[in-house]
Amino acid sequence: MPGSPCIRHGDVHRTYDRNSIMTDTALIDAVDISRRDPLSGQMLLRQTRFTLNAGDRVAITGPSGSGKSVFLRALALLDPLDSGHIDWHGKPVERATIPRYRRNIAYIRQRPAILEGTVEDNLRYPFSLKAYGDVQFDRPRAASLAAQAGRGSDFLDKRASDLSGGEAQIAALIRVLQLAPEVLLLDEPTASLDPESSHAIEGLVDAWFADDRQPRASVWVSHDPAQAKRMSERHLTMRGGILDEAAAPRHVNEDPAQ
Amino acid sequence: MSLQNLSLWDVAIAALLIVVNGAVSVALKLDLERKLAWAAVRTVVQLLAIGYVLGWVFQFDRWFVVLPLMIAMTLIAGFAGAQRGARTYAGQRVDSIASIWISSWLVAAVGLFVVIRIRPWYEPQYAIPILGMILGNTLTGVSLGIERMTEELTARRDHVDMALALGATRWEAAQAPARQAVRAGMIPTLNQMAVVGIVSLPGMMTGQVLAGQSPLQAVRYQIVIMFLIAASSALGTVLAVLLTYRRLFSADHRFLASRLVERAAASRR
Repeated sequence: MPGSPCIRHGDVHRTYDRNSIMTDTALIDAVDISRRDPLSGQMLLRQTRFTLNAGDRVAITGPSGSGKSVFLRALALLDPLDSGHIDWHGKPVERATIPRYRRNIAYIRQRPAILEGTVEDNLRYPFSLKAYGDVQFDRPRAASLAAQAGRGSDFLDKRASDLSGGEAQIAALIRVLQLAPEVLLLDEPTASLDPESSHAIEGLVDAWFADDRQPRASVWVSHDPAQAKRMSERHLTMRGGILDEAAAPRHVNEDPAQ
Repeated sequence: MSLQNLSLWDVAIAALLIVVNGAVSVALKLDLERKLAWAAVRTVVQLLAIGYVLGWVFQFDRWFVVLPLMIAMTLIAGFAGAQRGARTYAGQRVDSIASIWISSWLVAAVGLFVVIRIRPWYEPQYAIPILGMILGNTLTGVSLGIERMTEELTARRDHVDMALALGATRWEAAQAPARQAVRAGMIPTLNQMAVVGIVSLPGMMTGQVLAGQSPLQAVRYQIVIMFLIAASSALGTVLAVLLTYRRLFSADHRFLASRLVERAAASRR
């Protein structure tokens, strides 16, 4: 059974309406961002306007090389933009606040980068960074996330070098989920995984989304239409560096206050 | 005790020893013969040339002759320092020259003016060989440092990316590769210091002894030189790695991986 059926988009909306968070500004507002390949000059992402509101679950599909990853990396401010800017909660992200911004929007890539040592060493790594000076590693919390992914208590002690591809991705996802980000940017996180691991990843993301203590939103790049449907309410396509809002039944940048 | 003068014939006999290297290359199919021949020719031509230049400079003994020569030596070392590694980036040459220049001149100044206290300040008999020795070793450190930095950043690109995505500052993301790079640049000097006098008798010391200097004095000079070399190559390596870091990481905490290009591709453009 793919995903966890207990969280549905409508519930989340109701929650936000109740807390009147939806009157808040968008989480991420990408204003006319574009990116060229610095070597060839080829346009990778054409001027794009994109708003990610609290409660949004976005899926992006499109042929490989169409700019999906470029777009996601641009949202994470990981690559230089050739034009435009990104607002976070209605304010432009300043140079000095980029690490802080990246803390709030977690970026997960197809092939996770796992450090040497144990899974726990990997989970502890973020807490060694300046941006996380105010929080500490919480092993029980990490263990409960691992349990959600169907991994036993010994998972945290596993050697990183012994992890399967699926386990490595689960570890990478727990590494960011324990930090309670507001936004998840997932770049084909399950593209090379077995069905069981994919299911675990989807379950973790669903559970993160269901935790409604703060506004949340996700962008999931996928080449699997069924998964895109499962994991999103708002469907975009990317073709030749142009992001297109599909004629989805609901909320094409609709005013969230309505 | 006087120095046994060598004729050009004596030198030619020694040059025949390069045939040993050639034989090894042919026997093991190393495909190094052309490189060997070229290196041997360069050794002969460069050393003969510097012999004449030095003879002329020593005779002249003026700052406006010594200083340009020192600058030329530094620039050549700087260019050579940027020639290593499979990958390069725009500005590597400038970084190499800057780090070699700053570190070796700073340390040479300490050696010449504080330790040896030469007079006049440009005394070529001291200034040129000492700067030369410092340059040679600093060049090794700098080129190894830059090479290792670009290699590590290429190999660990995913890790650098992951760290930045998590919210690491550019330095937090770069520090592991930078440390490896500085280490790589400093190790040859450290190795050299560990075996000096036991396995290897350094050329300068040997030269002084051959020239009739007392071994104790020669050893003191060698100790001074070793420390000058160590200081300069450490300083140069750190500078080079930091400059590389600044080129490849932008102030807004991005890793500019596209600036790292393969050397062959870079020379084609």
